[in-house]
Amino acid sequence: MTEQGGQVSGSVTGAQSLVTSLEAAGVTDIFGIPGGAILPAYDPLMDSTRIRHILVRHEQGAGHAAQGYASATGRVGVCMATSGPGATNLVTPLADAHMDSVPMVAVTGQVGAAMIGTDAFQEADIRGITMPITKHNFLVTDPADIPRTIAEAFHIASTGRPGPVLVDVAKSALQAQTTFAWPTELQLPGYRPVTTPHAKQIKEAVRLIREARRPVLYVGGGVIRARASRELAQLAALTGIPVVTTLMARGAFPDSNPQHLGMPGMHGTVAAVAGLQKSDLIISLGARFDDRVTGNLDSFAPNALVIHADIDPAEIGKNRHADVPIVGDCREVIAQLVALLQAEGADGDYESWIAFLAGLKKSYPLGYDAPADGSLSPQYVIERLGAIAGPETIFTSGVGQHQMWAAHFIDYERPNTWLNSGGLGTMGFSVPAAMGAKVGMPDSTVWAIDGDGCFQMTNQELATCAINDIPIKVAIINNESLGMVRQWQTLFYNERYSNTDLHSKRIPDFVKLADAYGCVGLACESPEEVDATIEKAMAIDDQPVVVDFRVHRDAMVWPMVAAGSSNDEIQYARDLAPQFDEDDL
Amino acid sequence: MSSKHTLSVLVENKPGVLARIAGLFSRRGFNIDSLAVGPTEHPEISRMTIVVNVEESPLEQVTKQLNKLVEVIKIVELDGSASVNRELLLVKVRADATTRGAVLDAVQLFRAKVVDVAPDAVTVQAVGNADKLADLLRVLEPFGIRELVQSGMVAIGRGSRSISERPQRTVTVPAPVSAITIAH
Repeated sequence: MTEQGGQVSGSVTGAQSLVTSLEAAGVTDIFGIPGGAILPAYDPLMDSTRIRHILVRHEQGAGHAAQGYASATGRVGVCMATSGPGATNLVTPLADAHMDSVPMVAVTGQVGAAMIGTDAFQEADIRGITMPITKHNFLVTDPADIPRTIAEAFHIASTGRPGPVLVDVAKSALQAQTTFAWPTELQLPGYRPVTTPHAKQIKEAVRLIREARRPVLYVGGGVIRARASRELAQLAALTGIPVVTTLMARGAFPDSNPQHLGMPGMHGTVAAVAGLQKSDLIISLGARFDDRVTGNLDSFAPNALVIHADIDPAEIGKNRHADVPIVGDCREVIAQLVALLQAEGADGDYESWIAFLAGLKKSYPLGYDAPADGSLSPQYVIERLGAIAGPETIFTSGVGQHQMWAAHFIDYERPNTWLNSGGLGTMGFSVPAAMGAKVGMPDSTVWAIDGDGCFQMTNQELATCAINDIPIKVAIINNESLGMVRQWQTLFYNERYSNTDLHSKRIPDFVKLADAYGCVGLACESPEEVDATIEKAMAIDDQPVVVDFRVHRDAMVWPMVAAGSSNDEIQYARDLAPQFDEDDL
Repeated sequence: MSSKHTLSVLVENKPGVLARIAGLFSRRGFNIDSLAVGPTEHPEISRMTIVVNVEESPLEQVTKQLNKLVEVIKIVELDGSASVNRELLLVKVRADATTRGAVLDAVQLFRAKVVDVAPDAVTVQAVGNADKLADLLRVLEPFGIRELVQSGMVAIGRGSRSISERPQRTVTVPAPVSAITIAH
């Protein structure tokens, strides 16, 4: 086959057409595992000089790696798997990417077209299975449809509200002869994301912003996906309005900025929770009023008007009524707000509100008690990790206590440096996501902060990292428990610890496990060793490093709003409610 | 208060679209009263008429969620008074020599039609809105209904305008990446 600028002339197989299409779409890295139905595609893939295929150890790892790659770089992450179990193993990452709006394309093999529906070996209706958890999906049985479908998949995944797209290709289509023609235009009559906000709504929003006395910028992951951090910084600087960043938006606004109140929600800071709860105007930018942010919805921010800006119209008014709905790309929305505020005057009087929140921030800072027995506290480990690794580092995390501590005790200064599973809450996200992030950003240090429970779900990808020269660093916050579940058992189930004890300080030996996987394994169990251990890990850049931080098991995540409670019921620490002196307002 | 709403949904005529839409309704917890699908004047477009029983604000969510589906081109809510809506009913009614006359009277009264006759039954076809068909069934019921099948409602706006006049929308695809600069 001859190739000129992505155009191939003459007859090619569907498999060649698929690989050329992926190249034409700009793909440089794919995470995947071959198998029967996708096998034809792996043959031409071997000859591709543009695409590096990274052979992972489990398809779930491929999917999360594609997510980590996409979240760190902003480019579409790509994973590949065979039919049946290969494809179903992608279900969790697809659902995760769907919840967290991660641009991702999954290519799966399907049994031959004639065998579809016959319960053939390794047949699963992956298109049917993934309909509710993808932005869109395709089944290709005609090889002539391959280039157009791939072009559409990348377009859909990366535009509007980003999300995962699955392309299921029948083996017969991969094997058949076809011609390759990259489309010059796409016909997607039902897909037209609105990116430019309505001027009338911007005007109304600016009016509310100027009239408000207690406004707050409620910043969600959409600001990161829209690459709108600079615009957000302008808006915040221009108005002086306090900022909260959700779990998905950590890094969208620098933690070092005094206007930043931190993360709101179930485990939010007192200042951030109060910033939403007591406000009279919530300016929601790419956030979705998730239950983990609002707590009991009926009592959430009862006196606030809401400006809700999102690129997805279905998010607006879904959970909370929007007084000013703005459909548009966050970057354009914020830029227009800035422009109009500059023209009309950003002269809102928020002085006493800012002082009130600054007072809360000072009275109720994030903190933790060092264990009385001198053992290692998990928060300290994470705090030191953030301080030593620095703000250029990319951090990924699993789900649970370590995730909340990593969200709190590391100062994020830049977008795309905090990657985690927010919406779906997928344990096991961290290691493969770090692998993907490191492939996409090879010059950045990438730390996976993981729990001992999470780590045991996907650590097989350490082999992939060691073999493919992807030197990630993993900090296992080993409290030998499913820590967050244990915390709930402590608080809500009379300390009856049903099935949360993992014994992971005994089995497995994480240092040996790291060693077996060709990684450097380190252990640390006292506060005095923490800095030296982290520095040792930082000094290794030719091999993955795994550090077993053996921490105190009874540490809990505070503050906390119990599930389903009102944000007014926030506990700063156990049985300690903050005092809101509202006379200051 | 919940009430019935009729949505006309134009979709791309592609395999799996019906599953996508039905799945969306069940997943988001919306109930469908009736759903009818068929071709339109454009071969590449199908039209679904969906009747949902929801309040105003969930209806907005239904519409927005439907609009997110890539294959959904357009959604129009048809107002009862500004549209014509019809269902088709086929019903097999017991009718022997003694009752057939009375059954046929009822059929005539409702401007329905007998489409099949057997010694002890007739099959009646009726077209109308839901109320008319319900009235017909009430009248036929005493004779004995042996079998009944009914279509979902289809509806069309009154007047000369068409909801499927569509602007041609295309997306320009970025040129294939010919010389890739690899970042690493």
